[in-house]
Amino acid sequence: MLRFFLKRLATIIPTVILASMIIFALQQLLPGDPAIALSGEEKDPEVVAFIREKYHLNDPLPVRYAYWIGGVLHGDMGESIRLQQPVAQLIVAKFPVTLQLAVMAMAIAVLIGVPMGVLSAVYNGKAMDYTANVIALWGLSTPNFWLGIMLILLFSVQLGWLPASGYVPPTENLWENLRAMILPAFVLGNSIAAVMMRHTRAAMLQVLSSDYVRTARAKGLSPRAVIVRHCLRNASVPVITLGALEFGALLSGALLTEQVFSIPGFGKLMVDAVFNRDYAVVQGVVLCTATTYILLNLIADLAYFLVNPKLRRS
Amino acid sequence: MSVLSSTPAPPTAPLAAPLAAAARERSPLEEALRRLVRRRGAMLGLAVVVLFIVVAVFAPHIAPYDPTATSWLAVRKPPTWEHPFGTDEVGRDVLSRVIFGARASLSAGLVSVALAVAIGLPVGMIAGYAGGLVEAALMRLTDAMLAIPFLILAIALSAFLGPTLTNAMIAIGLSATTIFIRLTRAQVQSTKVEEFVEAARAAGATPLRIVLRHILPNIMPAILVQATLTIAAAIIAEASLSFLGLGQQPPDPSWGSMLNTAKNFLSQAPWMAIWPGLSIFLAVLSFNLLGDGLRDALDPRHRN
Amino acid sequence: MSDLSSPSSPAPSPTGKPPLLEVRDLKVEFADADSVVHAVNGVSYTLNEGETLGIVGESGSGKSVHVLAMLRLIPMPPGRLAGGQVLFEGRDLLTLSDAELRKVRGGSIGFVFQDPMSSLNPSMTVGRQIMEPLQLHLGMGADAARKRAVELMDMVRLPDAARRIDQFPHEFSGGQRQRIMIAMGLSCRPKLLIADEATTALDVTVQADVIELVKELKREIGMAVIWITHDLGVVAGIADTVQVMYAGRVMERGPVDDVFRDPRSAYTLGLLRSLPDLSAPIGQRRRLTQIDGAPPDMRAPPPGDPFAPRNRYATPRCFTEQPPLVQPPGAAPGHLAAAWYDLPALIAAETTP
Repeated sequence: MLRFFLKRLATIIPTVILASMIIFALQQLLPGDPAIALSGEEKDPEVVAFIREKYHLNDPLPVRYAYWIGGVLHGDMGESIRLQQPVAQLIVAKFPVTLQLAVMAMAIAVLIGVPMGVLSAVYNGKAMDYTANVIALWGLSTPNFWLGIMLILLFSVQLGWLPASGYVPPTENLWENLRAMILPAFVLGNSIAAVMMRHTRAAMLQVLSSDYVRTARAKGLSPRAVIVRHCLRNASVPVITLGALEFGALLSGALLTEQVFSIPGFGKLMVDAVFNRDYAVVQGVVLCTATTYILLNLIADLAYFLVNPKLRRS
Repeated sequence: MSVLSSTPAPPTAPLAAPLAAAARERSPLEEALRRLVRRRGAMLGLAVVVLFIVVAVFAPHIAPYDPTATSWLAVRKPPTWEHPFGTDEVGRDVLSRVIFGARASLSAGLVSVALAVAIGLPVGMIAGYAGGLVEAALMRLTDAMLAIPFLILAIALSAFLGPTLTNAMIAIGLSATTIFIRLTRAQVQSTKVEEFVEAARAAGATPLRIVLRHILPNIMPAILVQATLTIAAAIIAEASLSFLGLGQQPPDPSWGSMLNTAKNFLSQAPWMAIWPGLSIFLAVLSFNLLGDGLRDALDPRHRN
Repeated sequence: MSDLSSPSSPAPSPTGKPPLLEVRDLKVEFADADSVVHAVNGVSYTLNEGETLGIVGESGSGKSVHVLAMLRLIPMPPGRLAGGQVLFEGRDLLTLSDAELRKVRGGSIGFVFQDPMSSLNPSMTVGRQIMEPLQLHLGMGADAARKRAVELMDMVRLPDAARRIDQFPHEFSGGQRQRIMIAMGLSCRPKLLIADEATTALDVTVQADVIELVKELKREIGMAVIWITHDLGVVAGIADTVQVMYAGRVMERGPVDDVFRDPRSAYTLGLLRSLPDLSAPIGQRRRLTQIDGAPPDMRAPPPGDPFAPRNRYATPRCFTEQPPLVQPPGAAPGHLAAAWYDLPALIAAETTP
C-alpha cells in the first residue's frame, strides 16, 4: 500500500512541477512589456519600475520562475493588484466555497449517474436503456451555464422557490446555504452524471458478459444477487478511474456555475481577476486548481487500489 | 437478466466464424457506411449539423435583419411575427443574432479542433513511433497540460492572449491538443506492432513512409470519431468563453455572449436566454450524436 | 460386429429406472439484426443416473451451447430456445419458472467451466465463492458453510485449505483454480455435474490429475457427469458413453469402446484419424490426417447431412436428406449413427486393391 502510494507520488511530482512551469510561462503570452501589462490600468512609471523590481522582470525567465516557485512553496503567490491582498489569502478564503459546490455536485452526479448506468446495462436494449441513454445525451449536450439560467428562470423567477443568487456561508445559516447551493450543485453535477452513467453502463456490460457472472448464475443466484454481489464491485473499478478524470470537468464547470449563480468561490475569483488583469491571482488559482485535480486523482487511485484485491495483496 | 453484449466464450464460437465470413463480402468502408446509415440518431445528427452549416454560411441571406442594428423603438419585445424570437435589450432581432451566432460557434468548433489535430496528430505520432526519451518527454509535458482542466486552461490562455474570438479559438485548440496527442500515441503504439507494419518494415520502408502510408490510414477512424466529439466540446467551450466575455466581443453576436446579456434580463425578457441556449444545445447534441454514430460504425468492437 | 440390427432406442438404464436427463429435439438459435444462426438443431439423447457422457466436437458444434441453453445460461437475446424439451428428473427445465430453475442450477446440477481464471470472480475470496451455493441451496449459516467449504477444498486436495480459503483467485495456480471450480460445482452434491472444457486450459499433467480427481469424486458421490471437450483422448479416459456432435446435431453416439473401435460416422472417423494412435508400435502408426474444409455456415445449414461437403464418402442422398440417428447394421447395442453411407464397407473397399 505504502509502496504503491509512494510510487504514484513520485510520478506526480514532475507533473506538478511541469504544470507550474506552463502556468508561469503563460505570462510570456502577454503582449508587450509584462511590467506595463501587470501594472494594471494606470501606467504609472513608478509602479512599472516597482513591479519590474518586485517580479525580477529584468532577470531571465528560468530565474524568474525560480523566484516565483520559491515563493509559492513558502505560501507566497504574490499579491492581488486589485484587492491589495496576498493571493494565498484570497485562495484560502474562496477555496471552501468551491469545495462545497464540487462535493455536492459530485455526490449528485454519482447518485444519479451510477444507478442509471447499472439499470441501463441490466436492461440493455430495453426501454429503460434507451431512456437512460437519451437522458445522458441530453446531459452531455446541455451547456451548464444555460441550464443554470433556465433553472433560475423556472425555480426563482417563475416559481420563486429558490434564491436566484446570493451565497450564504454554511456557518451562518446552513438551511439558507443549502437552498442557495442546491441549484448550482445540480447544474454542475448534471453533465458529470451523464458521463458517470456512460462509464457505469460500459463497465457493467463488460462485467455482465464475463465468465464469472455466468458461473454465479450457474450456481443458482438470483439476478439481483448476481448484480449486487458479483457485478457492482468489479464494475466500480473502471468507474472510479474514469470518474476521477471528471474532477477536471467539475472544476471547469464550477467556474461557470459560480458565475451564473454569483457564488463567491474560486471561479468567481478567477474570472474577476481575468477582467481586472490581476495576473498573479489567475496564476495562483490555476496552479491551485491543477494541484487539487492531481490530488483528487491520487485519491481516486487509492480508492481503485482498495477495491482491487489483485493490487492490494501483491 | 438479459445481456445482449458479447456472449461468453463457447457460445460465441458458432456466431463468430459465419459473421466474419459475411463481413468479408463488403469492403470495410462500405460496411461502416452501412452501419452509420442504419443508425437513425447519427443520421439525425448529421442532418442538423448540415443545417447549421448552411445557416452559418448563408447567414446574410437568411437573417431577416442586420444582427447588429439597434432600434430604440423595439427594446426587449416578446416574440411576434415581425421578430419571431423577440428582440434584445437594445432592440436587435434575436433570430438574426442567433443565425449569425452560428458562424462564431461553428467556426470556433471547427477551427479549434483543426488546430488541435494539426498539432496533436504529428506530436502523438512522433511520440508513439519514436518511443524512448522523446516519447517520455512529450508525454510528461502532455500530462502536465492535462493536469490543468480543459476550460480553466482555455480561460487562462485567453486571459493572457486577450479577449477576442480568434484568441478563444487558439486557446480552445491548444487546450484540446493533449486529447489528440494521447489518442494518436496510443493508436500508433497498438498499430505499429501489427503484422502489416512489421512486414513493411521488413521490406525496408522508411519510418516516415511506414507512418504515413501504413499507420496513418489505420488510425484515422479513431481520430475522426474523437474530432467529431471534440467539436461538440469546443462549441460548449467557445460559448463558455463568450459567456464569460472572453470570446466574441460585442456587438458581434455569439450564442455565449447573448446568454451573458440575457442573464441580466431573465425576469423581463426570458426569450433572450431561451433561443441562443437552445441553439448551443442542438449544435452540441447533433455533433455528439454524429460522433457516437461514427464510433459505433467505424469500430464494431466498441458497440454495445 | 456380427450382431443383427436391434431397435434404435437408447439403452435402458441398468437399474430400470427412468433416465436422469432426457433431451428431446432441442433447438437453439442466435438472432441478430439480419440473420439467424442455427446453433443447435434438434438434439435428442438420454443420460442415466451415475452415467458419464463425453460430448466431443469442434468449436461451433453446439456441444457447449446446448448444455448452457438447457439451464438458460446463454445470453437471451440474442440467444433463444427454438424448441424441444429437457426433462431432468421428469421436469421440463425449459418451461420451469425462473425461481424453480435457480434451485436446479448449482443445486442438483453443478457446473465446472473452462478457463478458471475468468470464471472465478476476481474480487471475491474463493471461500465466499464456494460458500455461496451452500448458503443458497442447503440453507447453511455462514459458519457451517465456511466449515464445509474448507472440507470441500480438502476434498479436491487443495493443501492448507483452512488458511487459503480467504485468498483471492489470482493467488492460486491454474490447476488449483480448476479444483476450486470443481469444489464449487460439487458443493451441493449434485445429481449431475456438467464440465464444459474443464481441462482445456490446463497443462497435460495437471489435466490428468484433474480427470483422476473427478473420477474419484464420482465414485464417492455417484453423480452423473457430462464432460464436454474437443479432446477424444480425454473422453476415452473418463466417459462411459461418447456423443459426437457436428453443426448442432448428434452425428454418432454409443459406448466409448464401440464407437472408437467401430466408428460409423465419417466425421467420427476423421476425428479419430487426427489423433495419434499411441497403442500401435512405432513405425506402424498411421499418418495423422486433418479433416479438410470448414464447418458449414450455420445461418444457412445445408439441407442434408451437414458433414457431407467435407466427407469423401458422401453419397448423393447425403446432400439432400438429413439422415436419422439410428443403430446401423452390425453395430453394438446402444451404438447410434446418423449416416446414409455404410462406413465399414467403404473403408474395406478402400483397403482392398
